[in-house]
Amino acid sequence: MTRYVLTLEDSAAFEPWREMARAALQRAVPPEALDWRIRGGETDLFGQITDDGAGLEALTALPVVKTVTLRASCIALLPDLLCHSDPGRFALAYRIAWRVQGNPHLLEVVTDADIARARIMVRQNREDCHKMASFLRFREEPVQQGEGQGERRRFLAWFEPQHHILERIAPFFSKRFTDMDWMILTPRGSIRWDGKELVCSPEPCEQPELDDGFGELWDTYYASTFNPARVRTKAMRREMPGRYWKNLPETRLIPQLVAGAEARVRTMAEQELQPAPAFHERLRAREQLPAEPMPDVAENLEDLAAQVRTCTACPLHCSATQAVVGEGPADARIMVVGEQPGDQEDLAGRPFVGPAGQLLHEALGEAGVDRGALYLTNAVKHFRFRLQGRRRIHQNPDAGHVAACRPWLEQEIALIRPKLIVSLGATALRALDGPGMAMSDVRGTSWTVGRGENAVRRLALAHPSWLLRLGEGAQAESERQRFVEGLTRLRDFPDQSGS
Amino acid sequence: MKKSLSRRLAILSDAAKYDASCASSGSGRRDSAKSGGLGSTTGNGICHAFTPDGRCVSLLKILLTNFCVYDCAYCINRSSSNVERARFTPEEVVWLTLEFYRRNCIEGLFLSSGIIRSSDHTMEQLVQVARDLRLKHGFRGYIHLKTIPDASPRLLEEAGRYADRLSINVEMPTVAGLEQYAPQKKAGGIRQAMGEMRLKIDAGKERSHTGRRAERFSPGGQSTQMIVGADAASDQDILASSANLYGSYGLRRVYYSAFSPIPDASALLPAKSPPLQREHRLYQADWLFRFYGFAFGELTAGRADGMLDLELDPKLAWALDNRALFPVDLNRASKEMLLRVPGLGVKAVAAILRARRHQAVRLEDLARLNVSIRKVRPFVQTPGWSPARLTDRQDLRSLFSPAPQQMSLL
Repeated sequence: MTRYVLTLEDSAAFEPWREMARAALQRAVPPEALDWRIRGGETDLFGQITDDGAGLEALTALPVVKTVTLRASCIALLPDLLCHSDPGRFALAYRIAWRVQGNPHLLEVVTDADIARARIMVRQNREDCHKMASFLRFREEPVQQGEGQGERRRFLAWFEPQHHILERIAPFFSKRFTDMDWMILTPRGSIRWDGKELVCSPEPCEQPELDDGFGELWDTYYASTFNPARVRTKAMRREMPGRYWKNLPETRLIPQLVAGAEARVRTMAEQELQPAPAFHERLRAREQLPAEPMPDVAENLEDLAAQVRTCTACPLHCSATQAVVGEGPADARIMVVGEQPGDQEDLAGRPFVGPAGQLLHEALGEAGVDRGALYLTNAVKHFRFRLQGRRRIHQNPDAGHVAACRPWLEQEIALIRPKLIVSLGATALRALDGPGMAMSDVRGTSWTVGRGENAVRRLALAHPSWLLRLGEGAQAESERQRFVEGLTRLRDFPDQSGS
Repeated sequence: MKKSLSRRLAILSDAAKYDASCASSGSGRRDSAKSGGLGSTTGNGICHAFTPDGRCVSLLKILLTNFCVYDCAYCINRSSSNVERARFTPEEVVWLTLEFYRRNCIEGLFLSSGIIRSSDHTMEQLVQVARDLRLKHGFRGYIHLKTIPDASPRLLEEAGRYADRLSINVEMPTVAGLEQYAPQKKAGGIRQAMGEMRLKIDAGKERSHTGRRAERFSPGGQSTQMIVGADAASDQDILASSANLYGSYGLRRVYYSAFSPIPDASALLPAKSPPLQREHRLYQADWLFRFYGFAFGELTAGRADGMLDLELDPKLAWALDNRALFPVDLNRASKEMLLRVPGLGVKAVAAILRARRHQAVRLEDLARLNVSIRKVRPFVQTPGWSPARLTDRQDLRSLFSPAPQQMSLL
C-alpha cells in the first residue's frame, strides 16, 4: 500500500487540514495509508524520519471516486480537536471523519476509543482556556511621554498555554477588558487589543519583565484571605497545578503560609480570654434596658399582630417563614376567614396574595363586593407544608394546629366585632363552629350565632383553593358560579345588624 | 493615625474570610463588548487563584468595616473581641475592586460589613459601592452583596438591581442555636428577609405578556451559610434546615462552614473545631440533593445518631444501606437510578445514556468515561459482567473503608 505523507503547520488552523482530508476522503484513502506530520518536526511517532511516503501531489493525482461532505457533527467537533497540541491530532481527526462515513452515529458512541480520546482532548483544550482566563495576570505599562490624560491605560500579560487556544480565548479578554489596551504574549503567539481591533499573531514571544508595583497589594490580600486552621494543600494543587506557579507571583508566599500555619493556630488556642473592649460594654448596657412587657390580651390589631408573630404554640413556627396576620379595616363589618397562608402568603407575610387569593379577589369583583371593606384572615396563621425536592406542598392543618391558633382568631373577632363572618372551606368552619358541622351540609348557607348585641351572621362557603383544584370543565365552572353567588350575599348584607 | 490601605486590606479581608461563599456563577453571561466598559460574567464563574486552605480566590471578599454592634459568639468581629478594627470608605472599595479586576486577579466583589449604627446605614454603604461600580464606572463584573436583615425595602430593591447575588447567613442550623450564639440576630427576621428576596428574585425572572423583562433583581439568586460544629446540631438537623431553605427560599447554594478557631475566641465556643471531613460530607450530601435527586432524609435515614458517615461518602453509604436495589443494569436502568450508583457522576450518566442508544455499554467501556471500574463494579451489571449478589457479602463495607493506618511507633 502506498503511504502518503501530509505535512501541516503546528497550529490549530482547520482549513488546511480540511482541504487535505477532503482530498483523501474523495479518493477513498484509508487512515492507515496517511502519515500526518507537523512542519519542523518531520518525524513519525517513533522519532524516525521516514522518506518512504508519497506527498500530497501524488495523492491528488489519484482519481476521485466519490463526493464527500463533512457531517455537521464533525464540523462541530474537529476544529476544537485540532486546537490540541498532540501531534497525533490530525490523524485522529481523519480517522473520525473516515469512520463517520460508515457509521453516522459514531460521535454519539462516547465509549468508542477514538471518540473518547477526542472528547478528552477537547476537554483539555477547554481546561487550558479556563486556566488562561483564570491564571493570566495583567500588569500596567507606564504611560509614555507625550500621552496626555484621558488616554487608554495599557496592560501587558505573559502566559504559557498548553495548546493552540489563543484564537478561541481572545474574545473572552476583549469583551472583558474592553476599556483598556492590552497585549498577551505567549510562546505560541500573541493577542493584541486596542479597543477596536483584536489581532492574533502566531509569532512566538519572549517573556517580558512585568512589574507595576501593584503585586504587593494583591499579595496582602492573598495572604490574609488564607485560613491557617485548614491547611489543605492537596486541594490547592489539584486546582492550581504547579506548572502555573511560576507566572503567579502570589504563589511565592505559599511555603511561608503553610510553614507558619500550625504556630498561628496554636497561638489562637493558647490565647487567654481578654476583657472585652469598652465599646462592647456600652453597647450591651444599652441592650439591658427592660422592654415593655406585652399585655396578655391585645388592645388593638397592631399589638395583636406583634403577639401573633412571636407565637410558638404549635410546631409550625419552626418551618414557616412568619406568622401571617389578618388584613383590613379595624371596624370592618364583614370578616372572611380562610384556612392558612400558602406558599406566597408565607413569603410575603400577607393573607390571600397567592393563586387562591387571586381567585377570591376576582370572584369578589364579579359579585360586586368592595374588597377594601373586608377583614381577611386565616384560621391558622402559619403555613403548613411538606417538602418535595425544592417545592413546598401545601398540607391541611390538623385539629391540633387549629386549636393552638384559635385564641388568635377569637381575639381578632373580639377586636373587630364583625356582623358577618364568612368561612372559606372546612378548616375555617371547624375553627369557628367546632367539629360538629359538615361542610357538605352547610356550604352556601348562612345562620345566626349569639343573641341581641352579640348576634353574628355566619356564612359558609367553599375555599377558593378547592375551586382551583377542580381545574377546568363544567363542574368547575358551576362551582365557581356558586361561589360568586355566595359572595353576592356580602354585597347585599344589610347595613343594620340583626336583620 | 489612620492605618495604611494595605494594613486595612489585611484586616478587612482576614475578617471576611470565614464566609465560605466564593461563587461567581449563576448570573448568566454578560460582557462589555457593547458598552465598551470593563467586566464580564461567564455564567460558570472563574477561580483566579487558590490559597493553601484549598479554597479558591474568585471574588475580592472584604468587609466595609469590622466594627460591629452585634456580639455573635462564633464571629471574629463580634463586639466583645479585641481584634484590630478598621474601615474602608466606599470609594476605596471601588478602587480596589477595579484595580484588581483590571489585573485579572478577581471576578468581582463580595462585599459584607459589620453592623454599624443601624441596619439601614450599613446597607446604604454597601449599596453605594455597588451603585458606584455599576453606574459611575460601567463595571459589568460580578457583585455579591450581603443583605442586612431589617434594612428598608427600598435599599433591598436597589441592592438587587446592582448585585448578581444577595445573601443573608442563617448562621446556625437551629433557632435555639442562633438564640444562644447570636443573641442580637433574630431567626424570624432572617427568614422574612429571605422570603422577601425570593419573591423579588422570582418576579425579576418573569416577563410580562408583551415580553417585557421585569426589573433586574439579583439574577444569580440568593445563598446562605451555616456554621457547623459550634452548637450541638447533628448533620440531620443541619440537612433538614437546608431542605427547608432550598424549598422555601429557592436558594442557589447553602454553604457549610466548619467552625474555625479564631483569634480572641469566645468562651462559649467548643475548644475543639470539628473535623473538616464533616464539612466535606455535608457538601457531598448537599450536592446529592441538588444534582442527584436525593432527598436529605434518605441520606441520614440509616444513621442512628443522625450524623453522616465520616469514613464513607454519603452516596456509597446510602447504597450499602439499600443493597436490595443493586446491581443496576447499565443498559436498562433509568437515569434516576444510574445517578444513584456510587462512582457514576452526572457527566458519566449522561455519557452512558448517550452511548447506550447505539450500542450496549460494557464494563470496560466505563474506563473511557473516566469512571473508576473498581468503585462501580459491585453495583452494576452489564453484558459480560454480573457481580455476586451484594447482600451475600458480609464484608462489603470493609471493601470501601479506608485502610486502617498503622500507628506510628514513635
